[in-house]
Amino acid sequence: MKVSLSWLQAYVPLVEPVDQLAEKLTMAGLEVDTIEDRFSYLQTVKVARVEMVRPHPDADKLKCCSLATGGNQVDVVCGAPNVAEGQYVPLAIPGTVLPDGREITAATIRGVASAGMICSQAELELGSDHSGIWVLPEDLPLGVSVAEALKLGDHVLDIDLTPNRPDCLSLIGVAREIAAFSNQPLSLPEVSTADDGQAIAAKTAVAIEAPDLCPRYAARLIEDVSVGPSPEWLQDRLRSVGQRPINNIVDITNFVMLEMGQPLHAFDFDNLAGQRIVVRRANPGEVFITLDNKERRLDEDMLMICDAEKPVAIGGVMGGLNSEVEPATRQVLLESACFNPVSIRKTAKQLGLQTEASHRFERGVDPDGTLVALNRAAQLIAELGGGRLVAGTIDAHPGARPAKAITLSVAATNRLLGTQLDQPTISRLLSSIGIETQAVDTANDRITISPPSFRVDLTQPEDLMEEVARTWGYNAIPTRMPHIAAGSTRFVNPLRPTKIRLRGLMTGQGFTETVNYSFISAGAGDALLLAADDPRRRTVKILNPLSEDQGVMRTTLIPGLLETMERNLAQQMKNLKCFELGKVFTDRGPDEQPHEAEMLAGLWTGVRRETGWYGEPSACDFFDIKGTVESLLEALQIEDVAYRAPAPGEAPYLREDAAAAIVKHDQPLGLLGELAPEVAAGFNLKQRVFVFELALARLQALIPERIEARPIPRFPSIARDITLIVPHALAADAVCRHIRSSGETLVEDVRIFDVFMGAPIPADKKSLSIRVTYRSAESTLEDEAVNTIHQRLSEQLLEAFNAQLPT
Amino acid sequence: MIQEIHRIREEALEALAAAQDEREIEAVAIRHLGRKGALTGFLRNIAKLPAAERAAAGKQANAAKKELEAAVQKARDGLQPKRPLQTERVDISLPGRRAAPGHTHPVSQVTQEICSILERMGFSVAEGPEVETDYYNFEALNVPKYHPARDMQDTFYISENIVLRTQTSPMQIRAMEQQAPPVAVIAPGKVFRCDSDLTHTPMFHQVEGLLVDENVSFADLKGTLTAFVHEMFDSDTALRFRPSFFPFTEPSAEVDILCVMCRGKGCRVCGQSGWLEILGSGMVHPNVFRSVGYDTGRFTGFAFGMGVERIAMLKYGIDDIRKFFNNDMRFLRQF
Repeated sequence: MKVSLSWLQAYVPLVEPVDQLAEKLTMAGLEVDTIEDRFSYLQTVKVARVEMVRPHPDADKLKCCSLATGGNQVDVVCGAPNVAEGQYVPLAIPGTVLPDGREITAATIRGVASAGMICSQAELELGSDHSGIWVLPEDLPLGVSVAEALKLGDHVLDIDLTPNRPDCLSLIGVAREIAAFSNQPLSLPEVSTADDGQAIAAKTAVAIEAPDLCPRYAARLIEDVSVGPSPEWLQDRLRSVGQRPINNIVDITNFVMLEMGQPLHAFDFDNLAGQRIVVRRANPGEVFITLDNKERRLDEDMLMICDAEKPVAIGGVMGGLNSEVEPATRQVLLESACFNPVSIRKTAKQLGLQTEASHRFERGVDPDGTLVALNRAAQLIAELGGGRLVAGTIDAHPGARPAKAITLSVAATNRLLGTQLDQPTISRLLSSIGIETQAVDTANDRITISPPSFRVDLTQPEDLMEEVARTWGYNAIPTRMPHIAAGSTRFVNPLRPTKIRLRGLMTGQGFTETVNYSFISAGAGDALLLAADDPRRRTVKILNPLSEDQGVMRTTLIPGLLETMERNLAQQMKNLKCFELGKVFTDRGPDEQPHEAEMLAGLWTGVRRETGWYGEPSACDFFDIKGTVESLLEALQIEDVAYRAPAPGEAPYLREDAAAAIVKHDQPLGLLGELAPEVAAGFNLKQRVFVFELALARLQALIPERIEARPIPRFPSIARDITLIVPHALAADAVCRHIRSSGETLVEDVRIFDVFMGAPIPADKKSLSIRVTYRSAESTLEDEAVNTIHQRLSEQLLEAFNAQLPT
Repeated sequence: MIQEIHRIREEALEALAAAQDEREIEAVAIRHLGRKGALTGFLRNIAKLPAAERAAAGKQANAAKKELEAAVQKARDGLQPKRPLQTERVDISLPGRRAAPGHTHPVSQVTQEICSILERMGFSVAEGPEVETDYYNFEALNVPKYHPARDMQDTFYISENIVLRTQTSPMQIRAMEQQAPPVAVIAPGKVFRCDSDLTHTPMFHQVEGLLVDENVSFADLKGTLTAFVHEMFDSDTALRFRPSFFPFTEPSAEVDILCVMCRGKGCRVCGQSGWLEILGSGMVHPNVFRSVGYDTGRFTGFAFGMGVERIAMLKYGIDDIRKFFNNDMRFLRQF
């Protein structure tokens, strides 16, 4: 909502400088967004005197003028018919931006240099005369800005109004707040409400067929008007808040709407069939052309203002082209009505048509302000448009408004606010903004209040408590620490500590946390080569995404990490270790909330370790990402985890020969491996990349609830190694598992410490070196005993895996 | 036999006393205590002694062995400082073999900091769905369909009744549905609005707070948020409470802090106003209590919410909110 100080001053004395006034409004809850100097564009429009006028050598209608500006002489080319030597004129110098957006530049016009422009009144928006240049009074000082010379000064406040304060969608509403908070008197325009008979009843009528959508419809008739430009003062009022004057009738309806907050509409009465108004719902599929010359398709929830035959306006939203006030209009039917806010909002949304009127109606206009605004506008039309007011007013209001009294408890108010205000203080505070106390119940310390009709937002005691707090001042309310009862803390969220641990474990392993958008491209499923029936294709689609590549909620964190990698590669960041902790979403059917699951995903690409003086860098590989996962699981004390080849379709985005499903007791925990080259290419990644993704809920279930300390071994362990030549395809872990499950109770640990392929080992074989650690809890092991067990195990392995000992 | 032991002992101690360096000490040790040493040989032959002498001789011999061993060790210790084990000189200016640390995302860091401050005050953390029903995101929070307050937030829709939550406030409802007062809960998490420019991203993070009990007042709200701001920023940060409107609180207040950049003089960051808006808050609206079945006559409460990115931007001097989600390592490694 824009308000100019020049206009506000008509209703309330402005005693403070503009920045203090803005501060006061902000602290009253009317947040001032910007303070604009309305005439700032006149800074570079100077008073100049025309010294010499010559014809343009190359154009009949142009003149070459030399002007005195107090300093340098300025030469400009001017096309105005009225320019003459000796005139004082406004000269816009290069750099000036005119109100219509035109920027003045130094130019050459048909071969003659022109260093500015002599302006008309209309071009400067200081009047409507655009017939020629503006000739200023001759006593003005040369070279000073026109704003200064003419003592023009005005500021415009742009107020960011909250939806609960439609009363302040008017100059008077804002003035009322200023009056209250600056302790100044409010003066309202005089509007005659003299009862002058009901001549109108013989000329027209209003029938409300949809009282639920239109509780009140008032109208007046003005005859013999002459449509033309508004007087200067009215145009200036509108321009001061950024509105464009159109003609006196339309300007008056806009002026009164801005002044009082009541939207009005003027019909060309002669274009109303049957000379009457019918307020009804639209017929389904009905088509209507609005004032902006657009065809609108209507439905039966929309309220239409009709004449005897056809719609002439969309009620509370926009008028129709068929009844628009035009230069030839002689008789005007003026509408001031009250519409159902929800209905207006639905209609405006449906049609995508937000107007000044709909904005006000959907927030709520003063139901008792209908007639004042109507009479104000009708009188202005009669006065400024030369028309004749037909006696009487039509005021159809089938929906009677029940009076709403609110009882406010002083104790409850103080309890909510933490204050100790007494009843007279509360009554006085409320009275300062026009909320008068009707009755005081001293016995129960309660007051009864009927809120003023313009405060449609006040319906319950808390609404009034807010007004008490606002007028008392939020910063005058005490500040104290609450007592938070011990029983309040009952929320347990087991995943939260785990997430915090994982974040620490990942950064500790050198991974940097990223946060990617939860929405990804619908094409991500294809990019990851997911099968048509893959559950990760059951995405949740956003109906109104900002862009195609943010069209669906992610079902995996991998695409986000890959896009992060792509962006970093583009910036020459080729060595990355990063991770994300976040949710994925799986569709559960229409109108159902999706299944949400927390995931942890990591990505490693480039070198294994920062390059240093101590060694050559080596590229990271599968075992780096696997080691990362193993370390995480060990830190969480999740043991006995197996890594197996993924099932067909389980990890289509991983390279088949370097992919693993992470499982415990056949329960999948996640995936890890190298990104398949064709997937990498799809994400524009030209280097090898290793990823993993784990489901947090699955991990959570496996974290031991409590840790039970075991005794530290009292006796030393003995290690024995064995090297086996085994088939190339044998999974090394199978050997370890065989040893662990051999039933040898003294085996404490089994570890592969070397794998060798190549000569002299045959190509279809590899050499595995395994260290077995033996320990007894009861005694120090004898070499002989260990040797016997180790020998026995070795023989079992040779047989079980078709292995040989190295030669 | 006893004399024999005595002799060996005397001889060994004398030799040790005379020993000048490690080599000589070790020679003594080997000569008397080694596998082929005098005392070892004596002990090995002890079995051949007559039974009557055996026990006494064994005892003496073992005592002498222990004494000699201790003496050898003492002699070794006495020599130690003279001879360092390693001799090479280290260039301590060379960088070490670093395990390059990872970095926690600034949004996580700030979220954690906010939660820690509030947890110390007695709030507990709850988290909830990011894809919400219209009911939890709007209706139960006193924002009916077709209410103009819906214009305050641009919503991503999944269907007519399912939305990406536009605020963490639905957790107020979920928390209150889960338990009777008193409730002291905070809810951090992602929120979504279809808006994107220098100061808006379609996804960002909020932390919501809610305290409900008998006699919770606006003064308590002011105290809690003042204490919070003083911990989060400087303990002398000026703040002000300004009337505003949120459908689910009344009275509602915006909390401004004195601009951390210009200290109130007016700068680009605060739009020349000298103040920065960092929190929305207010007393829980009775309609919200009604939607969860709380007794509005008995209980009062306050709620507040803040944008994590906004606070992180102020804290770290970040000028563009989109940087949080570009994940440029040169940005993330600063935190």
